[in-house]
Order: sequence, then C-alpha cells, then structure tokens
Amino acid sequence: MKSKGIAIPYVVWMAVFVVAPLVVVVVYAFTNRDWSVTLDHFTTLGQYAGVFGRSFLLAFVATIVCILIGYPLAYFLARERGRLRGMAMLLIMLPMWMNFLLRTYSWVFLLERNGFFNNLLSAIGLPKLDIINTSGAVVLGMVYNFLPFMVLPIFSVIEKIDPRVIEAAQDLGADSATVFRRITFPLSLPGVLSGITMVFIPSVSTFVISRLLGGGKTLLLGDLIEMQFLGSAYNPHLGSAISLVMMVIVLICMGVMNRFGEGEGEAVLL
Amino acid sequence: MKRNGPLSRLFILLVFLFLYAPIFVLIVFSFNDSKSNAVWGGFTLDWYVQLFQNDTVLSALRTTLLVSFLATLIATVVGTAAAIGFYNMKRRPRGILLGINNIPLTNADIITGVSMMLLFVFAGQALASLSGWLNNLEWVIDANLWFDLDFNLGFGTLLIAHITFDIPYVILSVMPKLRQLDPNIAEAAQDLGATSLYAFRKVVLPEIMPGVVNGALIAFTMSIDDFVISYFTAGSQESTLSMVVYSMVRRRVSPEINALSTLMFVAVLVLLVVINLRQGHQDAKEAKRRKALGAPTIAPESIMDITTENVGREPSER
Repeated sequence: MKSKGIAIPYVVWMAVFVVAPLVVVVVYAFTNRDWSVTLDHFTTLGQYAGVFGRSFLLAFVATIVCILIGYPLAYFLARERGRLRGMAMLLIMLPMWMNFLLRTYSWVFLLERNGFFNNLLSAIGLPKLDIINTSGAVVLGMVYNFLPFMVLPIFSVIEKIDPRVIEAAQDLGADSATVFRRITFPLSLPGVLSGITMVFIPSVSTFVISRLLGGGKTLLLGDLIEMQFLGSAYNPHLGSAISLVMMVIVLICMGVMNRFGEGEGEAVLL
Repeated sequence: MKRNGPLSRLFILLVFLFLYAPIFVLIVFSFNDSKSNAVWGGFTLDWYVQLFQNDTVLSALRTTLLVSFLATLIATVVGTAAAIGFYNMKRRPRGILLGINNIPLTNADIITGVSMMLLFVFAGQALASLSGWLNNLEWVIDANLWFDLDFNLGFGTLLIAHITFDIPYVILSVMPKLRQLDPNIAEAAQDLGATSLYAFRKVVLPEIMPGVVNGALIAFTMSIDDFVISYFTAGSQESTLSMVVYSMVRRRVSPEINALSTLMFVAVLVLLVVINLRQGHQDAKEAKRRKALGAPTIAPESIMDITTENVGREPSER
C-alpha cells in the first residue's frame, strides 16, 4: 500500500490531456495561421469589449440573483428537521440530473409570445409580455440552471454549524438577528464563495443559454468562442486568444474574491 | 435554531415551483395531440412512437451509453489507482498533482472542450505532416512502404475527453475514504502473511469501495449529462444524445423532444430510487456491523452528501 507508482498512468494522462491542451491554447493565441508569432489577436480584442462587458455583467447579475434566492432557501432548508429536509435536498438535486438543454428549452415555450406564461397573463386580463429573446430571459436561464450550485454548498456548510455554538451565543444574550449576523452568516461564507464560483464560471462562458433564450440577439463570450471554432467565423487563433483572456479574468476575479472572503471571515470571527 | 414559519415555507414552495414548472410542462405536453406547445389538443402517445422510429435519436442514445459506460469504467480504475498513489505521496507533490487534477473541474466547460479539440486537431495535423515527411524519405520510396498516419475527431477523441473530465470526480470521492482508512490494518494483514496485493484486495479495497462506487456513479452522470465538451470533441460523425437534443431544440418544432425529456426524467427518477434503496440497505448493514463490533453508529455519507461536499470543496483546494 506504499506504492506511488500506480498514479503514473494518470500523471501521464494529465500531462497529455489536461496540461498540453492548455499549452496548445496559449500557442494558438500567440500565433498566426502561418505559425508566426503575433500579438494581433490581443490588440484586436478591443472590438469585442462590448461582448466581454455584457457577459460579465449578465453573469454578475445572475450570480447576485442566485445568492438572493439560494441563500434563504439553503438557510430555511437547513432549519427543517427530519424527512422534509432529506427530501428537499433530493428535490433540489433532481432537476440538475435532467439534461440541461431540455430544461432550458422548456423555458422557450413557457415564455414565448403565445406561450404558456403569456396565455396565463391574458387569461387573467393582463397584457402579454415580450420576455423571450431578451437579456432578461438569458439571466433567467442562468439562474434556473445554476441555482442548485448555489444552494448545495451553502446548505452543506450551514448544516455543519455546531448547534452548541448558536446556543452559546443565545445564552450570552444574542437575539436571533445577532446570531445570524455574527455566527451563522460568517460561518456560512465559505459555502457562499464556492457557490459564487460555481454559478459565475458557467454563466460567463455559456453559449447554449444565450442562443436558446436570447435568440441570437444577446452575443456572449461563449457564443464568440464557439463561432471561432465550430461556427461561421472560423479562426481558432482568435478563439484561443479570447478563451485565454476570459480564463485569466475569471481567475483574477476568483482569486480576489477568495482573498477578500477569507479576510472578511476572519475579521468577523475575531 | 428556530423552526420555519409559514412565510419561509411559502418561499421554499415558490422556489420549488420555479424549479419544477418547466419540467412539469414538458411532461404534460409530451402527451399533447397538437404540434403547438401552448394549446392542448387531447391525449396521444404518438410522439413516443415517433421518437422510437427516429434513427438519429437511437444511434445517439447508443453512442451516449457506450461512451459513458467505457469512460466510467476506465476513469474508475485509473482514478482509484491514482488516488491511492497520490495518497502515498509527500505533501508537496500531492498538492501540485491534486491542483492539476482540479483544473478540469474548475475550468469553464467550453475552455476544456475547445482546448482538447485544439490538441486533437494539432496532433492530427502533426501526424499527417509526419507521414508526409516519412513518405518523402528515400528508403520509404525504395521499399514502397507508405505511411498514412492521420486521425480525425470521432468516437476516440470523445472517449478521451470524457475520461479526462470523469477521473477528477473519482479521485475526489475516493480520497476522503483513503484518509479515513487506518494505515495499520493493511500492515497488520501483511504481518499476518498476506502479500501486498492480497492485503489490498481483501482489506483496503472493501474499505474504500463506497467511495469508488460513488465516484463511478458521479462520473457516469457527468458523462451522460455532458453537452459542451462532447460538442467540441466529437467531430461531425459522432453525436451524443445531448448533441441531438441541441440540434432539435434549435429548430424548436418537434414535440418528440418533450417525449424524450419525459423518458429521461423518468430514467433519472428510477436511477435515484434504486441508488437510495441500495444506500438504505447499505446503511442498515453498516449499522448492524458497527453494532456487532460495539462501535458507535455512524451514518455513512449518502451519494448526495459526497456530491455536495465535493462541490463545496473545489475552490478552496485549488
């Protein structure tokens, strides 16, 4: 049981299929079609500033909405006792196990001009709304698809909080608002941080949601990258440059957030 | 902590409504005798019949099941071995390797897909120029021996991609079981004359088995559910079910999709019930065993907990 050698196949595998692909992306990003080194792809990225801005903005809004819905949900579920709690967690997981294209697609006909939702509105005498093919619909799709990723980590962190810590605070005279502000919330912060990562990264890089619910009008980074590799604007070198920049921005965001979050957590605990 | 009041109960209910309304509507309209997704035209099973006569869907289903099964099998074996190897390493190399292991988990799917596609295309081109170069060598011309090294995106590349994003999940669910393992018991078995392989098979493997099974189940689910990475690495010849759904969904007409989603939902439901029954059975067995040993009863983590824990752990271990 002391052998390290049996990890060798996977180490080789990672070198070839995890590290090498990223190296290839970097190589493509800095070269032209004839393999001469260039920085052109990065200098021309300025024309896509709008797409970058829109992607990060929509992903940011979706993440905030996920926190606003997901945190209370996780908190309430963690307070439930017995069967309902176990069932509730299973019910949160269940939609995640269904094909996400199908789940997103069902919103298309729920929100269509003559769809379910608008028929419901006109049935009760309200005017129809144009929701589909707007940025709002794209955000809704992101929230719908990635909300469980926010709820699950928060729930598992709150669930592990020792009830005696809360009792101790109550014994020392804290009311429930103080208990939440000084105990529960700081202790649940790691869950919120991983929830943010798990919602933000897929939101900022999606191309399926924007294509299905945005009707091609809301161009996001994912769409832009997909177009460079499999779409009309075939140019893997530019696509690599966009991917690389997106990856770096996301890494910086997450790094800053995690550092900020750690500092915050400690400060409150002290 | 205080109990939930009626307001928080209402909030829970509303969020569940939000999560389930689309699925519910899909299921209801899969029995709708009308092409429209808004008007109810009576009950029918036609869409199910049409679905099973659709060759594209059936062959995609075959590809999906085959690639998921093979990827899970290979990822479970390689991943379990790698987890044991990592566990035996010193802190520093283990940290670095686990960091690399986390890359496919934390990277956006599109980046993983695109980067692997580029690698495959690049390798294909390199092989093609290699065979061109070889074919120009004199001894090759003299011997009339032609090289035709080349490969395209297809089932092979799809399988490689799936194995690559499956292994990290296996490692993340086997690792905690290894940490819980008492290192003395394997040594005790060896002191009693077991070879190290025998000790592994009879002592270590049964202890980490729940982690291995969970890892395999998560890997299988991830493979079945994947769209983005398959989309970039499968090429134009192979299609998984998700890719067929994507092309169907973009045309937005056929209620066959509703039938397909209903069937997939029912399949997932059945799978979950089976897993839960198995888990309950295992828990009971475990409790009995612990009781017999006089040890305190500890409820083993369910599949769900393992998933949530891994989900929660990702960024901090990066």
